[in-house]
Amino acid sequence: MSIRIDQLPRDKFIMPGTAACPGCPLLIGLRQVMMALNGKMSLVIPAGCSSVIPGMSPATSYGVPTIHVPFASSPAVASGLVSAVRMRGNNGPVVVWAGDGASSDIGFAALSGAAARNEDLIYILADNEAYMNTGIQASGTTPWMAWTTTSPNGKTEERKEMALIMLMHKIPYVATASIAYPLDFIAKVRKASQIRGFKFIHLYAPCPPGLKFDDSYTVKIAQLAVETGIWVLWEYNQGKLTISPPSAMYKDKSKRKPLSEYMKLQGRFSKVGEDAMKIYEAKIDAYWNTILKLSELYK
Amino acid sequence: MADLEFTKYLLSRPAPGSAGATGTWRTYRPVVNQDKCIKCGLCWLYCPEDTIDWLEDKSVRINYDYCKGCGVCAEVCPVKVIDMVKETVV
Ligand SMILES: Cc1ncc(C[n+]2csc(CCOP(=O)(O)OP(=O)(O)O)c2C)c(N)n1
Ligand code: SF4
Ligand code: SF4
Ligand code: SF4
Repeated sequence: MSIRIDQLPRDKFIMPGTAACPGCPLLIGLRQVMMALNGKMSLVIPAGCSSVIPGMSPATSYGVPTIHVPFASSPAVASGLVSAVRMRGNNGPVVVWAGDGASSDIGFAALSGAAARNEDLIYILADNEAYMNTGIQASGTTPWMAWTTTSPNGKTEERKEMALIMLMHKIPYVATASIAYPLDFIAKVRKASQIRGFKFIHLYAPCPPGLKFDDSYTVKIAQLAVETGIWVLWEYNQGKLTISPPSAMYKDKSKRKPLSEYMKLQGRFSKVGEDAMKIYEAKIDAYWNTILKLSELYK
Repeated sequence: MADLEFTKYLLSRPAPGSAGATGTWRTYRPVVNQDKCIKCGLCWLYCPEDTIDWLEDKSVRINYDYCKGCGVCAEVCPVKVIDMVKETVV
């Protein structure tokens, strides 16, 4: 099921002139979701940058029906919404688009509950690796050693592996994705929209002001995350777990780019020295081992 | 219908420029060298602001009223034919 760029819809799903910072990864990702579903969807968005980006009432930059809801409530609101639209005979996708703070910390209980009930939703965790809208506080997915305003010397805790946590909810579909690999992400969203039950996609979306890199590097940083192996693209579909094509070659550690190429472009990692870099590489290997073992288990 | 009066405050409708004329934020202007453009569409695909149109003939056109000058388009262009030119003060 390969997708070509020139077959994607060219409709303006996002109206230009938004309130997002220049180079915003969330808009890049949202455009890809809207292209994947051809704008035929309902969006549920909890508090975060994505509630501010659409600008000021009575206008909005979002060209699809969107409901903005309180922080911890998006999986619960979406569960109600999907029940209501199904009762009306509408089979269209209801998509939650939520930040990492909303998903891994503040709204985690509601997310876990909706997954346990296997609600017919597509949940996309748009991960910029901190609470960006309130000024860069560390969240559950902020990586180890990253600077944020609440981790001034680098985060001392480990990141939560949200996709693995969701996999253990035994839902039909779990995947990771990246804004730098739109065709992979779009294919995953389309696949998810064909499956009944709870679908979870963890999208890596690096943010220039929050991670402290140049506005023009948004796609480059996301691409380097995959090429260095720190972000692994994989997919679990109803019993089978596979490494996605853009990540496949990086199973072989020698093919990965040096981690420093990814780190050195981001101000948040400026305090990561050589020793910490070695420990970091070992953590990446350990994650890869887990995913590869799971791919043997879920064959 | 009186009870629906309040919905005008709760319901926003899609329109460009919901955060103003964001083109004024720009310090660098992306300029496409049309002669060398290979019409691949990658700049259109990745532009965060959706300010690039990928036209019928597969050439691209930038809407400078809203382009914020982030430079993502220039960075992703595979043949590097988008120049980021400093805006001059008028
Ligand atoms: C219950 C509650 N607590 C705190 C806030 C303030 N708040 C609004 S957005 C936000 C940060 C959101 O972070 P994240 O979910 O990571 O999304 P991002 O802004 O990074 O996209 C916070 C703390 C709130 N709106 N509601
Ligand atoms: S802080 Fe980051 S995620 Fe939020 S609007 Fe700005 S660029 Fe986008
Ligand atoms: S500079 Fe940024 S906003 Fe302007 S056209 Fe290029 S990618 Fe779009
Ligand atoms: S990315 Fe470069 S080559 Fe491709 S369409 Fe845009 S300007 Fe032309």
